[in-house]
Amino acid sequence: MDLQRALFWIFSLVMLASGLLVITRRRAVDSAIFLIQLFLCTAGLFLLLEAFFLAVVQVLVYAGAVVVLFLFVIMLLEPDPTTESRFPRIAVFGSAALAAALGLAFLLLLRKPVILPDAPVEALQGDLQAVLKPLFTHNLLPFELTALIILSAMIGVVLLSKQDLNKP
Amino acid sequence: MIPLNHYLLVSGLLLALGMAGVVLRRNTLVILMSIEMMLNAANLAVVAFSRFNHHIDGQILVFFILAIAAAEVAVGLAMIVALSRLRRWVGTNEVATLKT
Repeated sequence: MDLQRALFWIFSLVMLASGLLVITRRRAVDSAIFLIQLFLCTAGLFLLLEAFFLAVVQVLVYAGAVVVLFLFVIMLLEPDPTTESRFPRIAVFGSAALAAALGLAFLLLLRKPVILPDAPVEALQGDLQAVLKPLFTHNLLPFELTALIILSAMIGVVLLSKQDLNKP
Repeated sequence: MIPLNHYLLVSGLLLALGMAGVVLRRNTLVILMSIEMMLNAANLAVVAFSRFNHHIDGQILVFFILAIAAAEVAVGLAMIVALSRLRRWVGTNEVATLKT
């Protein structure tokens, strides 16, 4: 087993294990920490897929900003209320059955190799230039629209956090 | 070289875990985290396809998914903070009625 396969197994198994831990921890803080672990493993898988820019962006944005935001909100809400009481048994069985059914569906679907069209000859670069060049030329409109969406999200957040909507 | 199916299977299992998390948990924060997990699974699948199809469009799509997901998390968390002013704990049973 060469290094690539070993790394793939390590990243995948740790990722799935931390995913399982995210959904089963009682306290929200523990779930957030395992979510960081999950995002780091996903970044590792991106590196294996030679998407270097995306791996860095994943760590910066997801693990570095989104989870930090989660932790801030967990800190703002009082510590005790983020702890859930025991999970209801029907929910445990239902969610386990759902996850098992979906997992089984994927396992059955992916027995045969996926047939891909013929790949072009030149290799795909996953570095900064290869991703950003189309972003600023071919995909400029979605880029600007995403900036607008982020701006509107910011305005929405400021509005939602107002204590009294009558005062400015 | 790791075959595409392996990546897709990992992505699918992560999606299943995220879905189980959304169904199982009553804490809205953890539900949001499970949604992020599902988006992450989708990102992984798209990047795997991009690599195996030798097309950069998949990675650009993931760039946008990442940005939109981050904005969505911000708005969702603002909603949770606003809700927490009404109820002491923001759980799915407590916010089940339309009346405040």
